[in-house]
Amino acid sequence: MAGRVLASAASVLADIGYQPEWTTVMGSSFMRHALIAGTLVALVAGPIGYFVVVRRDSFAAHALAHIGFPGATAAVLLGAPVTAGLAVFCTAGGLAIGLLGRRTVDRETATGTILALSTALGILFASMASEGAAAVTDVLFGNLLAVTTSQLWTFSIMAAVVLVVLAVIARPLLFASIAPDVAAAKGVATGALGLVLMVLLALVTTMAVQVVGTLLLFALVVTPAAAALAVTARPAAAAGVSSAVALVSVWGGLVLSAVFNLPPSFPIVAIAFVVWVLATAWSRTGARRSTST
Amino acid sequence: MSAAPAPEGTTPTGGPTPTGGPTPTGGPSSDPVVSLRDVEVHRGDHLVWSRGSFDIAAGSVVGVIGPNGSGKSTLLRLLLGLLEPSAGRVEVFGEPARRGNRRIGYVPQDDTAAQPESIRCRDLVALGAGGHRVGLGPFGAARREMAERVDAALAETASSAFADRRLSEVSGGQRRRVSLAQALVDDPELLLLDEPLANLDLRHQRETVELIERVAHRPRADGRVTTTLIVTHDINPLLPVLTGAVYLLDGHPHHADIGDVVDEHLLSHLYGTSVAVVRTPQGDLFTRSV
Repeated sequence: MAGRVLASAASVLADIGYQPEWTTVMGSSFMRHALIAGTLVALVAGPIGYFVVVRRDSFAAHALAHIGFPGATAAVLLGAPVTAGLAVFCTAGGLAIGLLGRRTVDRETATGTILALSTALGILFASMASEGAAAVTDVLFGNLLAVTTSQLWTFSIMAAVVLVVLAVIARPLLFASIAPDVAAAKGVATGALGLVLMVLLALVTTMAVQVVGTLLLFALVVTPAAAALAVTARPAAAAGVSSAVALVSVWGGLVLSAVFNLPPSFPIVAIAFVVWVLATAWSRTGARRSTST
Repeated sequence: MSAAPAPEGTTPTGGPTPTGGPTPTGGPSSDPVVSLRDVEVHRGDHLVWSRGSFDIAAGSVVGVIGPNGSGKSTLLRLLLGLLEPSAGRVEVFGEPARRGNRRIGYVPQDDTAAQPESIRCRDLVALGAGGHRVGLGPFGAARREMAERVDAALAETASSAFADRRLSEVSGGQRRRVSLAQALVDDPELLLLDEPLANLDLRHQRETVELIERVAHRPRADGRVTTTLIVTHDINPLLPVLTGAVYLLDGHPHHADIGDVVDEHLLSHLYGTSVAVVRTPQGDLFTRSV
């Protein structure tokens, strides 16, 4: 019994073991696509994640990924591009979350309810799409190595839109996120800015789902920003560090996936997790030191 | 020293004629900073208060007093344009109240950030100076000029020492001072403070009152005076600072000089419990529940 377990463990390890030809893999065109797509996603996930964490909207980010799931499976069912299905459902979901409730309590319940319905719809569509099982797995867990050239163009445009809009609204959005009452009194359109952020988050989700999938999206949008905010509270620096953490996760994850023949989602998420643990631990000890002196 | 409580239905209007305290106005016969005429305000179907007619002169330091839920903060929201009156006229600096009036500085009661560990004190103050502007920046000389204004506001509220710490790392009293700095950085002529003393111990209350007194009489480059409205449920700690009060009695706001407000009958009626006015041999004036 124990011997059989050990034997199968050994064969599993042999499958995911060191791949001597990994440098060739890194030079392949699908890996180049993956690197470009991952870089674009990491660049936009950083600043968006910063606002998500500052506004305590991480549940909305988590939910948006799941709201995209039926969009993606519906696209598979209809033979439409997965990116389009994701974009439509995520944007509609983002607007719904933004409009449904301003108060956190209202929003959490509404968001959770929409999330459940979306997941149920996703399962329905997936069961109807007979040959779509692999596509569904890609949606749930991401498949960065399957990114096509046309997707790269779409990603580039989306990333540019997100970065430009965010640069324009960054200051009032931060004001509205940190001190909503004062910002409203100063004439900042706090409600509208919240909706714009949700739409931008929907675009980022559409891209990021194809990197790490709906189930792991949190790790690319929220975890790097949380790690960055543990290290610095300067807004621009935190957004930059957040992007850097996401970049390191994506690049490191892709290299590890080539070296050890792993699905990239696992090392990407694992690196983000390790960075987050280290950053959080560092800030805890740092805070203890500063209060004791 | 005291008049009878204002009978229901009367709405004292017109410029105040201060009996005690400093004469507030900067120049002769200056226009009122705040002017309400027959204002009625609802929250949903609920009438908060009505028949609001009073003027507040430039340079006044006015307490807004009344029991919980009487609509004290509602008055501030009216002046900020965050709430529309259901009837009547609300004017600030001679114009209808509107959102985005940068001559008003506002320190709300829940000044704590959504996520206080996410922002430094300095950044919160900087948002008061440029947070309403779109686009990145400022850069270059404008950036240095803004940093100087932020530093000055932090210094004015004695917050320089912890300016680079996160909001979550400073005490409640310090956070209150940073919020005040955020309001002051735009050099407001009308300062609206909502419960600035709530949840502060006696020592920090005294320090905050001293700070409010300094800020209310801060010198301005343009020679104008600052007008201050302070929402408070406890008038005592602020009595040395106030020149007048708006008190919300029986569903109507009334404005009076502070000497007329510190009255046993009026305060007992206002809070619905027996209140005594005590003057100590040292001349300090305070009220207490009996």
